[in-house]
Amino acid sequence: MNARPRLVEVRENVLKQNDVVARALRQRFNDEEVFVVSLVSSPGSGKTAFLEKVLSSLRPRCRVAALVGDLATDNDAARLARSQAPVRQITTGTLCHLEAAMVQNALEGWDVGLLDFLFIENVGNLVCPSSYDLGENLRLVLISVTEGEDKPLKYPTIFNTADVAVVTKLDLAAATEFDLEAVNRNIHAVRPGMEIFHVSSKTGEGMTEFLGFLRSRQAELRASKLQPELGSLSSSA
Amino acid sequence: MHELSIAMSIVDLVQDEAHSLGGVHVGAVHLKLGKLSGVVKEALLSSYEMACFQTPLEGSQLKIEEIPVRVNCSNCHAVRPVASLQWMCCSECGTPSADIAEGRELMVTALEILE
Repeated sequence: MNARPRLVEVRENVLKQNDVVARALRQRFNDEEVFVVSLVSSPGSGKTAFLEKVLSSLRPRCRVAALVGDLATDNDAARLARSQAPVRQITTGTLCHLEAAMVQNALEGWDVGLLDFLFIENVGNLVCPSSYDLGENLRLVLISVTEGEDKPLKYPTIFNTADVAVVTKLDLAAATEFDLEAVNRNIHAVRPGMEIFHVSSKTGEGMTEFLGFLRSRQAELRASKLQPELGSLSSSA
Repeated sequence: MHELSIAMSIVDLVQDEAHSLGGVHVGAVHLKLGKLSGVVKEALLSSYEMACFQTPLEGSQLKIEEIPVRVNCSNCHAVRPVASLQWMCCSECGTPSADIAEGRELMVTALEILE
């Protein structure tokens, strides 16, 4: 046996299979003119309550739908269905994150071209979802005021794969003595310039600003489609 | 903990590569792992061993090169290391930057073939 092995150069992304599916999804969403938003956070930070509020606020004027990832139950899907929007559950079993192929499968038979917005609620987890592109246009990371201001410092990776931070449960901020300035500072320390919204899904505080932002991002995307010479869609990292 | 599914992707990818090279025997896999890849080195190493079990890669080694985070600094007009993951700014001049140039890698870069 030779002492020295032969070295063969390879350059392959480990997640290339996921990336290929995510790219195809992004292209499809772009062609069908549907704006796709995913949500990540730790368990219990209010993703479902926030999404319920977003879906019911958008619904009078926009066509919306949601996919919701959960380890075992369809409780969240049932809650979201109260908004009257079409909702589909993705049960991941023991898997701690959604992958692009799961989104693709869950969309089977749905005419996404009929939608203005599609929301994808990821499994509650601040670590694993960060590695997987789902083909979304915008990724939101949620952090609630009951979690502690230093969470961004503990999970810098997820803040660097998301586009926008949403601080939730604002109605509890006084009770938990949550320092909004400190959380903003910490978010910007791990992700300089990141857009931040402070909301309460319960009282509706901050929702107008967030929904306005969402609509303007969707309008920007549509406008950029009308000018293809400006380049293709930028993908979320 | 998604390192096991990552490790299984590596094993699949390397087996495909080995097959396309004419069924070679792989002794080691070189991997670039960015500090912002969302994957933990130690967990990946132990998961890799499990993922190789009863495959042609059983007994092979995973050689990980960790890639620190570097950003494009608008002040220095250069790619610079960051102060830390908790303080994403140019380590030379302190200008904050979210424009990540390196540190997201999760890539197989080379195979050591036993002959």
